[in-house]
Amino acid sequence: MTDQAYNFAYLDEQTKRMIRRAILKGVAVPGYQVPFASREMPMPYGWGTGGVQVTAACLVPEDVLKVIDQGADDTTNAVSIRKFFQRTAGVQVTEATTEATVIQTRHRIPETLLTDGQILVYQVPIPEPLRFLEPRETETRKMHELEEYGLMHVKLYEDIARHGQIATSYAYPVKVEGRYVMDPSPIPKFDNPKLSGSPALQLFGAGREQRIYAVPPHTQVVSLDFDDHPFEATKADHACDLCGSAASYLDEVIVDDAGGRMFVCSDTDFCAQRRAAGHVGRLGVPE
Amino acid sequence: MKDTVQEAPLLAVRGLSKFYGARIGCAEVSFDLYPGEVLGIVGESGSGKSTLLSCLAGHLVPDRGEVIFDTDTGPRDTVTMSEPERRRMARTDWAFVHQNPRDGLRMGVSAGGNVGERLMAVGARHYGDIRGRAIDWLGRVEIAADRIDDRPSAFSGGMQQRLQIARNLVTGPRLVFMDEPTGGLDVSVQARLLDLLRGLVREMGLSAIIVTHDLAVVRLLADRLMVMKSGHVVEQGLTDQVLDDPQHGYTQLLVSSVLQV
Repeated sequence: MTDQAYNFAYLDEQTKRMIRRAILKGVAVPGYQVPFASREMPMPYGWGTGGVQVTAACLVPEDVLKVIDQGADDTTNAVSIRKFFQRTAGVQVTEATTEATVIQTRHRIPETLLTDGQILVYQVPIPEPLRFLEPRETETRKMHELEEYGLMHVKLYEDIARHGQIATSYAYPVKVEGRYVMDPSPIPKFDNPKLSGSPALQLFGAGREQRIYAVPPHTQVVSLDFDDHPFEATKADHACDLCGSAASYLDEVIVDDAGGRMFVCSDTDFCAQRRAAGHVGRLGVPE
Repeated sequence: MKDTVQEAPLLAVRGLSKFYGARIGCAEVSFDLYPGEVLGIVGESGSGKSTLLSCLAGHLVPDRGEVIFDTDTGPRDTVTMSEPERRRMARTDWAFVHQNPRDGLRMGVSAGGNVGERLMAVGARHYGDIRGRAIDWLGRVEIAADRIDDRPSAFSGGMQQRLQIARNLVTGPRLVFMDEPTGGLDVSVQARLLDLLRGLVREMGLSAIIVTHDLAVVRLLADRLMVMKSGHVVEQGLTDQVLDDPQHGYTQLLVSSVLQV
Protein backbone atom coordinates (compact mmCIF):
# COMPACT_ATOMS: atom_id res chain seq x y z
CA MET A 1 0.00 0.00 0.00
CA THR A 2 1.30 3.45 -0.86
CA ASP A 3 1.18 6.36 1.53
CA GLN A 4 -1.26 8.04 -0.84
CA ALA A 5 -3.76 5.36 0.11
CA TYR A 6 -4.30 7.21 3.39
CA ASN A 7 -6.56 10.19 3.68
CA PHE A 8 -4.79 13.48 4.47
CA ALA A 9 -3.34 13.19 7.99
CA TYR A 10 -4.37 9.53 8.32
CA LEU A 11 -7.89 10.00 9.77
CA ASP A 12 -10.94 10.04 7.52
CA GLU A 13 -12.79 13.32 7.11
CA GLN A 14 -15.80 12.30 9.22
CA THR A 15 -13.55 11.43 12.14
CA LYS A 16 -11.72 14.72 11.83
CA ARG A 17 -15.04 16.58 11.84
CA MET A 18 -16.05 14.73 14.98
CA ILE A 19 -12.78 15.67 16.67
CA ARG A 20 -13.06 19.29 15.52
CA ARG A 21 -16.52 19.49 17.05
CA ALA A 22 -15.06 18.28 20.35
CA ILE A 23 -12.23 20.82 20.05
CA LEU A 24 -14.68 23.66 19.39
CA LYS A 25 -16.68 22.68 22.42
CA GLY A 26 -13.50 22.52 24.47
CA VAL A 27 -12.50 25.99 23.31
CA ALA A 28 -15.96 27.30 24.15
CA VAL A 29 -15.77 25.90 27.69
CA PRO A 30 -12.12 26.33 28.73
CA GLY A 31 -10.81 23.50 30.88
CA TYR A 32 -13.90 21.31 30.46
CA GLN A 33 -13.16 17.72 29.44
CA VAL A 34 -15.13 16.98 26.28
CA PRO A 35 -15.70 13.27 25.56
CA PHE A 36 -14.93 12.20 22.01
CA ALA A 37 -14.91 8.92 20.11
CA SER A 38 -11.19 8.26 20.20
CA ARG A 39 -9.98 6.04 17.33
CA GLU A 40 -7.45 3.28 17.26
CA MET A 41 -4.21 4.80 16.04
CA PRO A 42 -1.23 2.90 14.64
CA MET A 43 0.69 3.35 17.89
CA PRO A 44 0.21 2.09 21.44
CA TYR A 45 -1.82 3.98 24.02
CA GLY A 46 0.48 6.15 26.08
CA TRP A 47 2.50 7.15 23.02
CA GLY A 48 0.35 10.13 22.20
CA THR A 49 -2.72 8.71 20.49
CA GLY A 50 -4.83 11.60 21.81
CA GLY A 51 -2.37 14.26 20.75
CA VAL A 52 -1.96 12.69 17.31
CA GLN A 53 -5.71 12.70 16.71
CA VAL A 54 -6.01 16.35 17.74
CA THR A 55 -3.05 17.27 15.54
CA ALA A 56 -4.54 15.33 12.62
CA ALA A 57 -7.82 17.22 13.02
CA CYS A 58 -6.02 20.60 13.11
CA LEU A 59 -3.55 20.10 10.28
CA VAL A 60 -3.96 21.75 6.89
CA PRO A 61 -1.51 21.15 4.03
CA GLU A 62 0.14 24.57 4.57
CA ASP A 63 0.99 23.84 8.20
CA VAL A 64 4.52 23.54 9.51
CA LEU A 65 4.69 20.87 12.18
CA LYS A 66 7.04 20.55 15.13
CA VAL A 67 6.94 17.58 17.49
CA ILE A 68 8.72 17.51 20.83
CA ASP A 69 8.98 14.90 23.54
CA GLN A 70 10.26 16.14 26.93
CA GLY A 71 11.32 19.29 25.08
CA ALA A 72 13.54 17.42 22.62
CA ASP A 73 13.00 17.11 18.87
CA ASP A 74 15.15 14.02 18.50
CA THR A 75 13.63 11.54 20.94
CA THR A 76 11.84 8.37 19.79
CA ASN A 77 8.30 9.59 20.35
CA ALA A 78 8.92 12.92 18.62
CA VAL A 79 10.76 11.38 15.68
CA SER A 80 8.12 8.74 15.00
CA ILE A 81 5.14 11.12 15.25
CA ARG A 82 6.90 13.63 13.00
CA LYS A 83 7.60 10.89 10.44
CA PHE A 84 4.01 9.71 10.71
CA PHE A 85 2.64 13.08 9.64
CA GLN A 86 5.33 13.58 7.01
CA ARG A 87 4.17 10.32 5.41
CA THR A 88 0.43 10.64 5.85
CA ALA A 89 -0.05 14.41 5.49
CA GLY A 90 3.05 15.49 3.60
CA VAL A 91 3.27 18.64 5.68
CA GLN A 92 6.47 20.57 6.21
CA VAL A 93 8.25 19.86 9.47
CA THR A 94 10.63 21.96 11.50
CA GLU A 95 12.56 21.94 14.72
CA ALA A 96 12.37 25.71 15.21
CA THR A 97 9.61 26.77 17.58
CA THR A 98 9.18 30.13 15.87
CA GLU A 99 8.62 28.60 12.41
CA ALA A 100 6.03 26.03 13.48
CA THR A 101 2.30 26.59 13.16
CA VAL A 102 1.32 23.39 14.96
CA ILE A 103 3.45 21.99 17.79
CA GLN A 104 2.64 18.63 19.30
CA THR A 105 4.28 18.22 22.67
CA ARG A 106 4.73 15.67 25.38
CA HIS A 107 5.63 16.93 28.88
CA ARG A 108 6.94 20.41 28.00
CA ILE A 109 6.00 23.86 26.78
CA PRO A 110 8.74 25.34 24.54
CA GLU A 111 10.97 27.94 26.19
CA THR A 112 10.54 30.33 23.28
CA LEU A 113 7.36 32.32 23.79
CA LEU A 114 4.56 31.17 21.52
CA THR A 115 2.83 33.65 19.25
CA ASP A 116 -0.55 34.41 17.74
CA GLY A 117 -1.86 31.72 15.44
CA GLN A 118 0.25 28.88 16.77
CA ILE A 119 -1.44 25.73 18.09
CA LEU A 120 0.15 23.74 20.90
CA VAL A 121 -1.17 20.17 21.17
CA TYR A 122 -0.50 18.27 24.39
CA GLN A 123 -0.48 14.51 24.82
CA VAL A 124 -2.39 13.67 27.97
CA PRO A 125 -2.23 10.32 29.75
CA ILE A 126 -4.85 10.97 32.47
CA PRO A 127 -7.06 14.02 31.93
CA GLU A 128 -8.91 13.84 35.24
CA PRO A 129 -7.04 15.84 37.92
CA LEU A 130 -9.17 14.31 40.68
CA ARG A 131 -8.66 10.73 39.53
CA PHE A 132 -6.27 9.47 42.22
CA LEU A 133 -8.32 11.09 44.97
CA GLU A 134 -11.75 10.02 43.82
CA PRO A 135 -11.86 6.85 41.74
CA ARG A 136 -15.53 7.14 40.71
CA GLU A 137 -15.98 8.82 37.35
CA THR A 138 -19.63 9.63 38.14
CA GLU A 139 -18.49 11.42 41.28
CA THR A 140 -15.64 13.39 39.66
CA ARG A 141 -18.01 14.59 36.93
CA LYS A 142 -20.43 15.70 39.62
CA MET A 143 -17.61 17.52 41.39
CA HIS A 144 -16.67 19.37 38.19
CA GLU A 145 -20.30 20.16 37.55
CA LEU A 146 -20.85 21.62 41.01
CA GLU A 147 -17.38 23.17 41.29
CA GLU A 148 -16.56 21.10 44.39
CA TYR A 149 -12.80 21.27 44.28
CA GLY A 150 -11.92 21.02 47.97
CA LEU A 151 -10.49 17.58 47.33
CA MET A 152 -7.78 18.98 45.06
CA HIS A 153 -6.44 20.91 48.02
CA VAL A 154 -6.46 17.74 50.12
CA LYS A 155 -3.81 16.42 47.73
CA LEU A 156 -1.71 19.56 48.17
CA TYR A 157 -2.27 19.37 51.94
CA GLU A 158 -0.96 15.81 51.94
CA ASP A 159 2.12 16.98 50.05
CA ILE A 160 2.95 19.62 52.63
CA ALA A 161 2.17 17.32 55.56
CA ARG A 162 4.50 14.67 54.19
CA HIS A 163 7.26 16.68 52.55
CA GLY A 164 7.08 20.10 54.17
CA GLN A 165 6.24 21.72 50.84
CA ILE A 166 4.05 21.14 47.83
CA ALA A 167 6.03 18.28 46.34
CA THR A 168 3.86 17.85 43.24
CA SER A 169 6.34 18.83 40.57
CA TYR A 170 4.53 17.86 37.38
CA ALA A 171 0.88 17.62 36.30
CA TYR A 172 0.32 20.41 38.81
CA PRO A 173 -3.43 21.17 39.00
CA VAL A 174 -4.63 24.51 37.65
CA LYS A 175 -7.88 26.40 37.61
CA VAL A 176 -8.89 27.73 34.21
CA GLU A 177 -10.66 31.08 33.95
CA GLY A 178 -11.90 30.74 37.54
CA ARG A 179 -14.04 27.71 36.78
CA TYR A 180 -12.72 24.26 35.85
CA VAL A 181 -9.83 22.58 37.61
CA MET A 182 -7.65 21.01 34.93
CA ASP A 183 -4.71 18.64 34.69
CA PRO A 184 -2.21 20.44 32.46
CA SER A 185 -0.77 17.04 31.36
CA PRO A 186 2.54 16.00 32.93
CA ILE A 187 4.40 19.23 32.18
CA PRO A 188 6.79 20.31 34.94
CA LYS A 189 5.24 22.94 37.20
CA PHE A 190 8.02 25.22 35.93
CA ASP A 191 5.92 25.49 32.76
CA ASN A 192 2.63 26.25 34.53
CA PRO A 193 2.96 30.06 34.36
CA LYS A 194 3.35 29.79 30.56
CA LEU A 195 -0.16 28.28 30.33
CA SER A 196 -1.74 31.53 31.43
CA GLY A 197 -2.41 34.31 28.95
CA SER A 198 -0.58 32.56 26.12
CA PRO A 199 -1.39 33.98 22.66
CA ALA A 200 -1.33 30.44 21.24
CA LEU A 201 -4.27 28.03 21.25
CA GLN A 202 -3.58 25.12 23.61
CA LEU A 203 -5.33 21.81 22.97
CA PHE A 204 -5.15 18.69 25.11
CA GLY A 205 -5.90 15.21 23.76
CA ALA A 206 -6.22 12.02 25.81
CA GLY A 207 -6.66 9.06 23.46
CA ARG A 208 -7.16 6.19 25.87
CA GLU A 209 -9.41 8.22 28.17
CA GLN A 210 -11.25 9.72 25.17
CA ARG A 211 -11.20 13.31 26.34
CA ILE A 212 -10.29 16.61 24.68
CA TYR A 213 -9.96 19.92 26.48
CA ALA A 214 -8.60 23.31 25.60
CA VAL A 215 -7.18 26.58 26.84
CA PRO A 216 -8.02 29.29 24.31
CA PRO A 217 -5.58 32.17 23.71
CA HIS A 218 -5.28 34.78 26.46
CA THR A 219 -7.04 32.64 29.05
CA GLN A 220 -6.27 33.01 32.73
CA VAL A 221 -4.79 29.84 34.23
CA VAL A 222 -4.00 29.79 37.95
CA SER A 223 -1.99 27.10 39.73
CA LEU A 224 -3.70 25.98 42.94
CA ASP A 225 -1.92 26.63 46.23
CA PHE A 226 -2.34 27.61 49.89
CA ASP A 227 -2.11 31.17 51.20
CA ASP A 228 0.87 30.23 53.36
CA HIS A 229 2.42 27.86 50.80
CA PRO A 230 2.18 29.75 47.51
CA PHE A 231 2.81 28.13 44.15
CA GLU A 232 6.41 28.18 43.05
CA ALA A 233 7.73 27.29 39.60
CA THR A 234 10.83 25.25 40.33
CA LYS A 235 13.77 24.00 38.28
CA ALA A 236 17.21 22.57 38.97
CA ASP A 237 19.34 25.27 40.56
CA HIS A 238 21.97 25.33 37.81
CA ALA A 239 22.68 26.85 34.44
CA CYS A 240 22.71 24.81 31.24
CA ASP A 241 26.15 23.27 30.77
CA LEU A 242 25.96 23.61 27.00
CA CYS A 243 24.43 27.03 26.39
CA GLY A 244 24.75 28.64 29.82
CA SER A 245 21.07 29.60 30.12
CA ALA A 246 20.05 30.06 33.73
CA ALA A 247 16.37 30.51 32.94
CA SER A 248 15.45 27.35 31.05
CA TYR A 249 14.18 24.05 32.41
CA LEU A 250 17.03 21.55 32.78
CA ASP A 251 17.54 17.82 32.41
CA GLU A 252 20.10 16.15 34.61
CA VAL A 253 22.42 13.83 32.69
CA ILE A 254 24.66 11.30 34.46
CA VAL A 255 27.95 11.27 32.56
CA ASP A 256 30.04 8.67 34.40
CA ASP A 257 29.79 6.25 37.32
CA ALA A 258 31.81 8.48 39.67
CA GLY A 259 29.05 10.96 40.42
CA GLY A 260 29.73 13.13 37.39
CA ARG A 261 26.70 14.87 35.96
CA MET A 262 25.72 17.73 33.77
CA PHE A 263 22.61 19.84 33.34
CA VAL A 264 21.31 20.62 29.87
CA CYS A 265 18.28 22.44 28.54
CA SER A 266 15.41 20.03 28.01
CA ASP A 267 14.29 22.22 25.09
CA THR A 268 16.83 21.20 22.43
CA ASP A 269 15.76 23.85 19.93
CA PHE A 270 16.14 26.63 22.52
CA CYS A 271 19.60 25.33 23.47
CA ALA A 272 20.75 25.02 19.86
CA GLN A 273 19.57 28.55 19.03
CA ARG A 274 21.49 29.94 21.97
CA ARG A 275 24.67 28.08 21.06
CA ALA A 276 24.35 29.25 17.48
CA ALA A 277 24.13 32.79 18.85
CA GLY A 278 27.44 32.26 20.62
CA HIS A 279 26.43 31.42 24.19
CA VAL A 280 28.64 28.78 25.79
CA GLY A 281 28.02 26.88 29.03
CA ARG A 282 30.39 25.25 31.52
CA LEU A 283 31.04 22.15 29.38
CA GLY A 284 30.09 23.61 26.03
CA VAL A 285 32.40 23.84 23.03
CA PRO A 286 32.22 27.13 21.07
CA GLU A 287 30.80 26.53 17.58
CA MET B 1 -36.21 18.09 80.06
CA LYS B 2 -37.38 19.85 76.96
CA ASP B 3 -39.52 22.69 78.12
CA THR B 4 -38.47 25.25 75.52
CA VAL B 5 -40.67 23.73 72.86
CA GLN B 6 -41.64 27.16 71.58
CA GLU B 7 -38.72 27.29 69.11
CA ALA B 8 -39.10 25.93 65.59
CA PRO B 9 -38.06 22.34 64.94
CA LEU B 10 -34.64 21.89 63.30
CA LEU B 11 -35.95 19.05 61.21
CA ALA B 12 -39.59 18.35 60.48
CA VAL B 13 -40.40 15.11 58.67
CA ARG B 14 -43.85 14.60 57.20
CA GLY B 15 -45.20 11.39 55.67
CA LEU B 16 -41.85 10.15 54.44
CA SER B 17 -42.14 6.95 52.39
CA LYS B 18 -39.70 4.97 50.31
CA PHE B 19 -40.59 1.84 48.37
CA TYR B 20 -38.34 -0.69 46.72
CA GLY B 21 -40.72 -1.80 43.98
CA ALA B 22 -43.62 -3.42 45.81
CA ARG B 23 -41.64 -3.73 49.04
CA ILE B 24 -41.79 -1.10 51.72
CA GLY B 25 -38.54 0.57 52.73
CA CYS B 26 -40.18 2.90 55.20
CA ALA B 27 -43.73 4.24 55.18
CA GLU B 28 -45.47 7.36 56.48
CA VAL B 29 -42.77 8.42 58.90
CA SER B 30 -43.40 11.77 60.58
CA PHE B 31 -41.55 13.43 63.45
CA ASP B 32 -40.05 16.71 64.63
CA LEU B 33 -36.49 17.12 65.84
CA TYR B 34 -35.72 20.17 67.95
CA PRO B 35 -32.33 21.88 68.28
CA GLY B 36 -30.09 20.11 70.76
CA GLU B 37 -32.18 16.98 70.75
CA VAL B 38 -30.93 13.46 70.10
CA LEU B 39 -33.35 11.08 68.47
CA GLY B 40 -32.72 7.33 68.48
CA ILE B 41 -34.18 5.03 65.87
CA VAL B 42 -34.20 1.36 66.86
CA GLY B 43 -35.54 -1.77 65.26
CA GLU B 44 -34.37 -5.11 63.97
CA SER B 45 -32.43 -5.65 60.76
CA GLY B 46 -34.58 -4.88 57.75
CA SER B 47 -37.01 -2.70 59.66
CA GLY B 48 -36.20 0.32 57.48
CA LYS B 49 -34.01 2.30 59.86
CA SER B 50 -31.14 2.75 57.43
CA THR B 51 -33.49 3.49 54.53
CA LEU B 52 -35.11 6.19 56.63
CA LEU B 53 -31.74 7.67 57.58
CA SER B 54 -30.55 7.66 53.96
CA CYS B 55 -33.73 9.44 52.89
CA LEU B 56 -33.30 12.04 55.61
CA ALA B 57 -29.66 12.64 54.71
CA GLY B 58 -30.42 12.92 51.00
CA HIS B 59 -28.54 9.78 49.96
CA LEU B 60 -31.79 8.24 48.75
CA VAL B 61 -34.68 10.04 47.11
CA PRO B 62 -37.91 9.27 49.00
CA ASP B 63 -41.03 8.47 46.99
CA ARG B 64 -43.31 10.62 49.12
CA GLY B 65 -43.09 13.07 51.94
CA GLU B 66 -41.19 16.15 53.08
CA VAL B 67 -37.98 16.65 55.03
CA ILE B 68 -38.03 20.25 56.14
CA PHE B 69 -34.75 21.55 57.53
CA ASP B 70 -34.43 24.87 59.30
CA THR B 71 -31.71 26.43 57.08
CA ASP B 72 -30.09 29.84 57.56
CA THR B 73 -32.69 31.24 55.18
CA GLY B 74 -35.70 29.66 56.87
CA PRO B 75 -37.32 26.23 56.66
CA ARG B 76 -36.68 24.46 53.35
CA ASP B 77 -37.76 21.08 52.02
CA THR B 78 -34.50 19.23 51.34
CA VAL B 79 -36.18 16.69 49.07
CA THR B 80 -37.10 19.28 46.46
CA MET B 81 -34.01 21.42 47.02
CA SER B 82 -31.53 21.58 44.13
CA GLU B 83 -28.64 19.16 44.28
CA PRO B 84 -25.84 21.76 44.66
CA GLU B 85 -27.67 23.25 47.64
CA ARG B 86 -28.24 19.86 49.21
CA ARG B 87 -24.62 18.84 48.75
CA ARG B 88 -23.48 22.16 50.15
CA MET B 89 -25.65 21.58 53.21
CA ALA B 90 -24.32 18.04 53.54
CA ARG B 91 -20.83 19.40 54.10
CA THR B 92 -21.71 22.39 56.27
CA ASP B 93 -24.86 22.03 58.35
CA TRP B 94 -25.05 18.24 58.23
CA ALA B 95 -22.73 15.41 59.04
CA PHE B 96 -23.01 11.70 58.40
CA VAL B 97 -21.19 9.12 60.51
CA HIS B 98 -21.10 5.73 58.79
CA GLN B 99 -21.15 2.42 60.60
CA ASN B 100 -17.96 1.36 58.86
CA PRO B 101 -15.35 4.12 59.16
CA ARG B 102 -13.91 2.98 55.82
CA ASP B 103 -17.05 4.32 54.14
CA GLY B 104 -16.68 7.72 55.74
CA LEU B 105 -12.93 8.20 55.63
CA ARG B 106 -10.44 8.52 52.82
CA MET B 107 -8.15 5.64 53.63
CA GLY B 108 -5.32 6.89 51.42
CA VAL B 109 -5.21 10.32 53.01
CA SER B 110 -3.59 11.17 56.36
CA ALA B 111 -5.68 11.82 59.48
CA GLY B 112 -5.02 15.55 59.19
CA GLY B 113 -6.10 15.57 55.55
CA ASN B 114 -9.24 13.69 56.44
CA VAL B 115 -10.20 16.23 59.07
CA GLY B 116 -9.17 19.14 56.85
CA GLU B 117 -11.14 18.01 53.81
CA ARG B 118 -14.42 19.55 54.89
CA LEU B 119 -12.64 22.79 55.78
CA MET B 120 -11.04 22.93 52.35
CA ALA B 121 -14.37 22.03 50.75
CA VAL B 122 -15.88 25.18 52.22
CA GLY B 123 -12.99 27.34 51.11
CA ALA B 124 -10.20 27.19 53.73
CA ARG B 125 -6.95 27.92 51.90
CA HIS B 126 -4.46 28.48 54.72
CA TYR B 127 -2.40 25.38 55.46
CA GLY B 128 -1.38 26.45 58.95
CA ASP B 129 -4.97 27.18 60.00
CA ILE B 130 -6.28 23.92 58.57
CA ARG B 131 -3.58 21.95 60.35
CA GLY B 132 -4.19 23.80 63.60
CA ARG B 133 -7.86 22.97 63.54
CA ALA B 134 -7.13 19.36 62.61
CA ILE B 135 -4.83 19.02 65.62
CA ASP B 136 -7.45 20.64 67.84
CA TRP B 137 -10.10 18.20 66.65
CA LEU B 138 -7.88 15.16 66.93
CA GLY B 139 -7.33 16.17 70.54
CA ARG B 140 -11.04 16.48 71.14
CA VAL B 141 -11.60 12.93 69.95
CA GLU B 142 -8.63 11.69 71.97
CA ILE B 143 -6.24 10.99 69.14
CA ALA B 144 -2.63 12.00 69.88
CA ALA B 145 -1.41 14.97 67.84
CA ASP B 146 1.63 13.01 66.65
CA ARG B 147 -0.67 10.66 64.73
CA ILE B 148 -1.83 13.50 62.48
CA ASP B 149 0.24 12.40 59.49
CA ASP B 150 -0.61 8.71 59.80
CA ARG B 151 -3.14 7.19 57.48
CA PRO B 152 -6.38 5.81 58.91
CA SER B 153 -5.29 2.33 57.84
CA ALA B 154 -2.68 2.51 60.61
CA PHE B 155 -5.42 3.22 63.18
CA SER B 156 -7.44 0.78 65.27
CA GLY B 157 -11.17 0.42 64.62
CA GLY B 158 -12.08 2.66 67.54
CA MET B 159 -9.61 5.33 66.48
CA GLN B 160 -10.92 5.22 62.92
CA GLN B 161 -14.42 5.77 64.21
CA ARG B 162 -13.29 8.69 66.37
CA LEU B 163 -11.42 10.13 63.40
CA GLN B 164 -14.56 9.88 61.32
CA ILE B 165 -16.42 11.82 63.99
CA ALA B 166 -13.75 14.52 64.08
CA ARG B 167 -13.82 14.79 60.30
CA ASN B 168 -17.56 15.30 60.40
CA LEU B 169 -17.78 17.75 63.25
CA VAL B 170 -14.92 20.04 62.24
CA THR B 171 -17.17 22.41 60.28
CA GLY B 172 -19.55 22.74 63.23
CA PRO B 173 -22.64 21.05 61.77
CA ARG B 174 -26.02 21.46 63.45
CA LEU B 175 -27.39 18.03 62.63
CA VAL B 176 -25.51 14.75 62.70
CA PHE B 177 -26.79 11.51 61.21
CA MET B 178 -25.23 8.41 62.69
CA ASP B 179 -25.68 4.92 61.32
CA GLU B 180 -24.72 2.37 64.00
CA PRO B 181 -21.78 4.48 65.21
CA THR B 182 -20.68 1.81 67.68
CA GLY B 183 -21.24 -1.23 65.47
CA GLY B 184 -18.24 -3.51 65.17
CA LEU B 185 -16.41 -2.12 68.19
CA ASP B 186 -15.73 -4.11 71.34
CA VAL B 187 -17.57 -3.09 74.49
CA SER B 188 -14.84 -1.13 76.26
CA VAL B 189 -14.08 0.87 73.11
CA GLN B 190 -17.81 1.32 72.61
CA ALA B 191 -18.14 2.75 76.10
CA ARG B 192 -15.38 5.30 75.49
CA LEU B 193 -16.85 6.28 72.16
CA LEU B 194 -20.29 6.75 73.70
CA ASP B 195 -18.80 8.84 76.45
CA LEU B 196 -17.04 10.99 73.87
CA LEU B 197 -20.15 11.34 71.72
CA ARG B 198 -22.26 12.29 74.68
CA GLY B 199 -19.75 14.95 75.66
CA LEU B 200 -19.53 16.40 72.15
CA VAL B 201 -23.28 16.43 71.63
CA ARG B 202 -23.85 18.28 74.89
CA GLU B 203 -20.92 20.64 74.49
CA MET B 204 -21.71 21.66 70.88
CA GLY B 205 -25.47 21.61 71.34
CA LEU B 206 -25.77 19.22 68.40
CA SER B 207 -28.93 17.62 67.21
CA ALA B 208 -28.44 14.04 66.20
CA ILE B 209 -30.36 11.16 64.70
CA ILE B 210 -28.85 7.85 65.70
CA VAL B 211 -29.82 4.60 64.04
CA THR B 212 -28.89 1.53 66.02
CA HIS B 213 -30.10 -1.87 67.12
CA ASP B 214 -28.25 -1.52 70.41
CA LEU B 215 -30.67 -0.37 73.11
CA ALA B 216 -27.85 0.50 75.49
CA VAL B 217 -26.58 3.09 73.00
CA VAL B 218 -29.90 4.90 72.80
CA ARG B 219 -30.40 4.65 76.55
CA LEU B 220 -27.17 6.60 76.99
CA LEU B 221 -27.39 9.06 74.10
CA ALA B 222 -30.95 9.60 72.96
CA ASP B 223 -33.55 11.95 74.42
CA ARG B 224 -36.31 10.45 72.36
CA LEU B 225 -36.79 7.11 70.75
CA MET B 226 -38.57 5.80 67.66
CA VAL B 227 -39.16 2.08 67.29
CA MET B 228 -39.49 0.75 63.75
CA LYS B 229 -40.87 -2.54 62.50
CA SER B 230 -41.37 -3.54 58.84
CA GLY B 231 -40.94 0.02 57.64
CA HIS B 232 -43.43 1.55 60.05
CA VAL B 233 -42.90 3.51 63.24
CA VAL B 234 -44.70 1.44 65.87
CA GLU B 235 -43.91 3.49 68.94
CA GLN B 236 -42.22 6.75 69.83
CA GLY B 237 -41.66 8.72 73.00
CA LEU B 238 -39.08 9.68 75.59
CA THR B 239 -36.29 7.12 75.70
CA ASP B 240 -36.72 6.08 79.32
CA GLN B 241 -40.45 5.91 78.92
CA VAL B 242 -40.28 3.66 75.86
CA LEU B 243 -37.63 1.40 77.29
CA ASP B 244 -39.06 1.11 80.81
CA ASP B 245 -42.71 0.92 79.87
CA PRO B 246 -42.97 -0.40 76.32
CA GLN B 247 -46.53 -0.37 74.99
CA HIS B 248 -46.30 -2.02 71.59
CA GLY B 249 -45.85 -5.78 71.42
CA TYR B 250 -42.75 -5.51 69.28
CA THR B 251 -41.10 -3.00 71.63
CA GLN B 252 -41.81 -5.31 74.55
CA LEU B 253 -40.12 -8.13 72.63
CA LEU B 254 -37.17 -5.91 71.78
CA VAL B 255 -36.66 -4.74 75.35
CA SER B 256 -37.01 -8.21 76.82
CA SER B 257 -34.54 -9.63 74.27
CA VAL B 258 -31.61 -7.71 75.73
CA LEU B 259 -29.26 -10.09 77.47
CA GLN B 260 -28.49 -9.28 81.07
CA VAL B 261 -24.97 -9.91 82.25
